[in-house]
Amino acid sequence: MDLTLHVWRQNGPKDKGQLETYPAKGISPDMSFLEMLDEVNEELIKTGKQPIVFDHDCREGICGMCSQVINGRAHGGQERTTVCQLHMRSFKDGDEVFIEPWRARAFPIVKDLIVDRSALENIMQAGGYPSCHTGGVPDGNAHPIGKPVADYAMDAAECIGCGACVAGCPNSSAMLFTSAKVAQLAVLPQGKIEAKARVKNMTDTLQAEGFGNCTNHLECEASCPKGISVKFIAKLNREYMKTIGC
Amino acid sequence: MHLTQSTVGRKILMAVTGLLLVGFISMHLLGNLSVFAGPDGINAYAEHLHDLGPLVWVFRLIMLVIFAVHITFGIKLSMENRAATPVNYSIKKRMKTTFSSESMLYTGLILLAFLIYHLLHFTVQITNPEISAANLPFDAAMRPDVFSMVVLSFQKVFVSLVYIVGMIALFLHLTHGLSSFVQTFGWNNGPSHEKVTLGGKLVAVGFLLAYVAIPVLILARFVKL
Ligand code: HEM
Ligand code: FES
Repeated sequence: MDLTLHVWRQNGPKDKGQLETYPAKGISPDMSFLEMLDEVNEELIKTGKQPIVFDHDCREGICGMCSQVINGRAHGGQERTTVCQLHMRSFKDGDEVFIEPWRARAFPIVKDLIVDRSALENIMQAGGYPSCHTGGVPDGNAHPIGKPVADYAMDAAECIGCGACVAGCPNSSAMLFTSAKVAQLAVLPQGKIEAKARVKNMTDTLQAEGFGNCTNHLECEASCPKGISVKFIAKLNREYMKTIGC
Repeated sequence: MHLTQSTVGRKILMAVTGLLLVGFISMHLLGNLSVFAGPDGINAYAEHLHDLGPLVWVFRLIMLVIFAVHITFGIKLSMENRAATPVNYSIKKRMKTTFSSESMLYTGLILLAFLIYHLLHFTVQITNPEISAANLPFDAAMRPDVFSMVVLSFQKVFVSLVYIVGMIALFLHLTHGLSSFVQTFGWNNGPSHEKVTLGGKLVAVGFLLAYVAIPVLILARFVKL
């Protein structure tokens, strides 16, 4: 099938950038979206043009590197699907496809579709881990953790840190990302010890990095390729309330 | 203090003050509906309120603080959120958020404008002095005639329209606000939230219908002097 792509091209962080139009011809419906871009890049290179620069790594939906807003939706908006797992069969012959980078003040554009997501790392470094020594790998069942708690923590830990929640949020808030880590650690024995400092430090860093405030649009949950629930933001809010007066 | 600076703390302040305002509009609505009981309803109610004397001023002061906190942080948070997204997408599709969630600042500002008009109209009584309770004769029980003021006011199409527009803004504001505060307080445990959102919308419709009934029924002459 043949498509028309409108792709954001921007030479560097300071460049103004604009949408440019490219044809994508002879695309197989079995290709992933990134394979389709590879094909388009082959053609661009052949004609002496700069290939479209985009982030990717695992191409199997686990690393969180791929990051594109496709037709106005983060990762193309298919439920629980990253760009690398999005297939061309969900497009029709003749479609116009708009491809843009994550847009947020906290994510400066490096080039074309690649943004700098260090701000998410900085939030992690502000407390997204237990700092106490937990020793070697514990014996199985040495820390009895109930199945519902373990499931809850695992659901939160599914976050791959891609930043789609920020890209989808009208306020560019990273609250879903932050809440997934806060909630995961808050229910586990190793994480509980520093829970109060963690929620304060991580949310303060979120703010300092230039992300917006959460106002419960719930776009993050709908944009998340891992289906992380906003119930974790509710949990973060509860954890924050425990710190009031501390 | 951390609460007034933190991104989560200020969100909680928005929700707490928002909820107190909802409490206020609930009481206010009950009072207003006494207009349907005629002069003996609303005039008696108004006189009881005035008999509270200094307590009225304590109450007004508390309301002022609540409004000030809600409006200050509402505007501040909205401006920060705008600054966090300096460049817009050329195409952006809404996936879950709604018109009411996206227009909170605007419906809030319309409410503020409405509130000022409302106070000038019924409390200070300077927008329509010729039909203000201060200038109308006392009713049969020698009370200020609030009932006649209300009825004569809403017989004017312009005044009724201002109130109807104000209440539509309130409806939109509450459509988001009534489920938003549940999430902010951390009471969302996942599956329940769809129902909470629906419930919030229904309550918002309830407020709209009940409040708008007053100008509409007076305009339609179902309620008259
Ligand atoms: C008078 C001017 C008002 C302004 C400027 C205003 C502004 C705002 C803004 C910008 C928000 C969004 C904050 C957010 O989404 O986190 C908000 C939320 C809210 N407002 Fe207002 N508002 C006003 C009046 C009212 C009134 C009269 C009520 C109650 C009847 C009310 C109830 C709420 C509630 C319940 C929320 C949700 C809090 C939350 O997100 O958890 N507001 N307001
Ligand atoms: S490339 Fe790893 S998640 Fe898409």
